[in-house]
Amino acid sequence: MRQRAHLLNCHLDPLRSLRLLAARGYHGLLENAEREERMSIIVRGKVWKLGDHIYSDYMAPGFARKLPWEEGKKHILHIHPAFAKGCQPGDVIVAGRNFGCGPSREEAAGNLKKLGIGCVVAESFARIFFRNAIAFALPVMECKGVSGFFEEEDQLELDFENALAKNLTRGREIRGPLLSPEVINIVRAGGIIEFLKQEDQQTI
Amino acid sequence: MAEKVLARASGKNSVNPGQYMTARIDLLMINDRGFLDTYEAMLRSGLTKVWDPDKIVVVIDHSVPAAGVKDAEDHQKIRNYVRSLKIKNFYDVGEGIEHQLLMDKGHVLPGRLIVGGDSHTTTYGALGTASSGIGATEVAYAMVKGSLWFRVPPTIKFILSGTLPKGVSAKDIVLRIAGQYSIEIGQYKSLEFAGPAAEALSLEERINISNMGVEIGTKFAFFQADGKTLVYLKERTDQSLEPFGPDSDARYEAVYEMDVSSLEPQVACPHSVGNVKPISEIGDVPVQQAFIGSCTNAQAEDLERAAAILKGRSVHPKTRMLVIPASREIYLRLVKSGAIQTLLEAGAMLGTPGCGPCCGQNPGVLAPGETVISGANRNFEGRMGSPKSFIYLASPETVAASAIEGKIADPRKYVSR
Repeated sequence: MRQRAHLLNCHLDPLRSLRLLAARGYHGLLENAEREERMSIIVRGKVWKLGDHIYSDYMAPGFARKLPWEEGKKHILHIHPAFAKGCQPGDVIVAGRNFGCGPSREEAAGNLKKLGIGCVVAESFARIFFRNAIAFALPVMECKGVSGFFEEEDQLELDFENALAKNLTRGREIRGPLLSPEVINIVRAGGIIEFLKQEDQQTI
Repeated sequence: MAEKVLARASGKNSVNPGQYMTARIDLLMINDRGFLDTYEAMLRSGLTKVWDPDKIVVVIDHSVPAAGVKDAEDHQKIRNYVRSLKIKNFYDVGEGIEHQLLMDKGHVLPGRLIVGGDSHTTTYGALGTASSGIGATEVAYAMVKGSLWFRVPPTIKFILSGTLPKGVSAKDIVLRIAGQYSIEIGQYKSLEFAGPAAEALSLEERINISNMGVEIGTKFAFFQADGKTLVYLKERTDQSLEPFGPDSDARYEAVYEMDVSSLEPQVACPHSVGNVKPISEIGDVPVQQAFIGSCTNAQAEDLERAAAILKGRSVHPKTRMLVIPASREIYLRLVKSGAIQTLLEAGAMLGTPGCGPCCGQNPGVLAPGETVISGANRNFEGRMGSPKSFIYLASPETVAASAIEGKIADPRKYVSR
């Protein structure tokens, strides 16, 4: 299973080589690969745009830490008041450089997930936020040039595993670097704890 | 250096920047802020076994001493879990700050791969160690598996030359880098400090710089493990020690040069570590509090230098000064040297070794409208108390001079050497 996922994600057009194999009689691999491709994580949603250097503090403000969730969630990304007020489950974020810089507090990624944010596509990420997002199964994609590629309220479609972001409103697409199969599998499993449980069961 | 460590830890001959891999970690550090949530989440998921209790270090340092019954109960639970997991490397309330303890107690060795549930885990780069922070949930994974996924970072190098002028120290170098090159200069990169001025820095000064590595985005913030490093470690471990540095043909994505000879004291203004000005351009900024503490600039040399400035002088009547040594061991050394007496005589108050108000949850936080000059490492809005307060970051020398004058002040006039 993992080997096939590896095949799928390590090549730019993995299906092509498998189709060649299928033409020579090896059908199983292609069928499985096509099924897996259909399972690729696709996220669609309305874009909220954020700037550069969005601190993890802003996504999990210390002053809102002790508030009940229904109250505290209104302060998430308080630096973008319209977002804090109007964000809906399923919306997505397009951001600038160094998204999630600052403390290692994982509530930053956790809170976005809890709000129902579908994905974050940014020019670049601070590394701890990026790791935490993967650990919480929040699809993230690094993509140079993306902040000029979307306007607020555009419809975005992210094909997470193929690192492809489409602007459905303006009919264009942009690619980022592919992630490793293991990282994708963590998101696919539903986060690193679920991934760990699956691995644990496999070893038993 | 990053590539060498990650190749070794993943059992490969070599690795390349951008490559993803799974690496065995040599040590895992976790503090009271993350331990309880992490371990209880593991228990709920039926994960009760840890990979190797001897390779896990637990420190209670973020909420110390217990400020309320909730903290006290949390500490009690941590002690019980640590006992049941047979974790020997446990440092309880009052021993000091996690990073200081890990290095001073000999847990950190050059060339090793260490992860910790705290962003300032980059600190151990000062000893030639590949170390970086992770979130609490990933700590759970590392606790169970002893391994973690990594992306091999590209490496950049800072060559430091010249001699630091009097009254100017390591903090000024790293603030200058953040100001001049931005807080993302090291983003997702491994940073190496080299050159004659880097070699001339004491271990403590290197520690202060590597600690701030995360503030400029780095994954690792290395100094070479040289003779000084080995002298420091020899007293702390009986493991065999070897120098560790880059290969002579190491590849760098970028190389920057910096002459520290003409550096003046630097100050990071609210609300970003990158909002840096030289002291001569700061103007008139009254401070209600002066703070030296946290995992940056609260070591013995830092406090000795601050005490030398405050000797025979007094903290300004409109300013309060709070000093928190990074560990009990450092505190004791300073008691013996007389530095603590000097600080108390000048009017400073002393706190229990730990993170102090730097993380906004211990005594010493700020009221709305107040300003602090701080030797710590972060100045985001609301970091040290009220979201309406202002944090200026500087060297311990600048903090001491500012405490005397009641406003941000140039320490050079108080320094004779």
